[in-house]
Amino acid sequence: MREVPAQPVEAGPGQGRALGHVVPLRVLLGVWAALVALTVVTIAATRVDLGGLNLWVALGIATVKAAMVALYFMHLRYDHPLNAIVFIAALLFVAVFVGIVMLDAEAYQPTIREYQHQTVTPGR
Amino acid sequence: MKGEAMLPAVRSAAAPADTAHPGAPRVAHHFATPVQQFESAQLGMWLFLATEVLLFGGLFCAYAVYRAAHPEVFIYAHRFLDARLGALNTVVLVSSSLTMAWAVRCAQTGRQRGLVGLLAATLLFAAAFLAVKYVEYESKWRHGLLWGRYYHPAHGHPAGDASGQAGTGQAGQEPANASAPGDERPMAAGPNQSPATIAAGAGPPSRGGPVTLGGAAGPGATPPAEATRIAASAAGPRGLAWHLRRPDSGRHDEPRNVQIFFAVYFLMTGLHGLHVMAGMAVIAWLLVRSIRGHFGPGYFAPVDLAGLYWHVVDVIWIFLFPLLYLIHG
Repeated sequence: MREVPAQPVEAGPGQGRALGHVVPLRVLLGVWAALVALTVVTIAATRVDLGGLNLWVALGIATVKAAMVALYFMHLRYDHPLNAIVFIAALLFVAVFVGIVMLDAEAYQPTIREYQHQTVTPGR
Repeated sequence: MKGEAMLPAVRSAAAPADTAHPGAPRVAHHFATPVQQFESAQLGMWLFLATEVLLFGGLFCAYAVYRAAHPEVFIYAHRFLDARLGALNTVVLVSSSLTMAWAVRCAQTGRQRGLVGLLAATLLFAAAFLAVKYVEYESKWRHGLLWGRYYHPAHGHPAGDASGQAGTGQAGQEPANASAPGDERPMAAGPNQSPATIAAGAGPPSRGGPVTLGGAAGPGATPPAEATRIAASAAGPRGLAWHLRRPDSGRHDEPRNVQIFFAVYFLMTGLHGLHVMAGMAVIAWLLVRSIRGHFGPGYFAPVDLAGLYWHVVDVIWIFLFPLLYLIHG
């Protein structure tokens, strides 16, 4: 079939907008190349000792990769902003969930350590 | 075509008879325009993806809690995962995302052959991902690296003096296993040790007292490079790593509760794997429909929405890979 651009359709909600957005092929290929490159970078970064930063570097790289997938492969960048709002809201809720659970879990760690020191016999 | 679009047409899924007009927009009666219908479908899909994010969010939360509470377990156990296989699977899944996004583009631009070919390629990449995952799971299963009370590492028991003979026997078998193609070896960035050395602490004599943490961590001892990677746990509260050793493991370097890591690993990768399978089913269905010519510039919502789902599966793996395979320690 010949290439037909997605055409804007008639009056009504969504008028003047095209049916989806056709992401240029070189953008898709570029994003793929960047994702593969970042995979190599994240493996290389593991071998550098950054102390406690290693985890955050790895998470940062993963977040950049995820953002590229969402913005271009999932064409979130070109979509109605409501889609992005829904997605970002879900991420925020996960952040709140994990964050508060972590605060709670950290709060009783000293108690657990104390209990372990009392109950685990040294030398066993 | 545009005239048809305004008619209250038959619903898409129930209209395979529409092949006479491939790609003709079909609008359900409660939508005014194809764009409204398409954007509503997209919003619905994004809502579903939000629930997926929350579903995996629970598991990421479990990961965070256990990793914060037992860093030594994660540092110790992640080396039983093969980062090369993990990296391979990352590239495979990222490539499948590319072919999926490209397939959507082909549907949008009316390239029938491209659509069919790229959907098939996506399906093949997904199958390759599961094949690699099978190799990894099989290796875990064989070595008893499982969750909860099923965690019984095969090399752990023979390390005692009485069964030392059996221990060397097992360790002797190990190189044969390790050299088998596709076999999984723990990733060790530094001087590579055989799986047996790490797992059993009963490696070839040339290695000389492999990962004996107890000795290496002693005052004044200069630990070998490999051991320092494990010893990070000793930096925690005094004596933590050594206090919490599994009493029956017979290994000097193994922290307690290693099964937690494998429970987290199998839950996260297992749920992700189920999502890959579900995605494959959907893509196979799309493949059949695309061969029948159901999709075109005016109607490609199913391809697009399945693509969104597939990319979320990819995004989740993008986080799983560094969190499980690339722990620095």
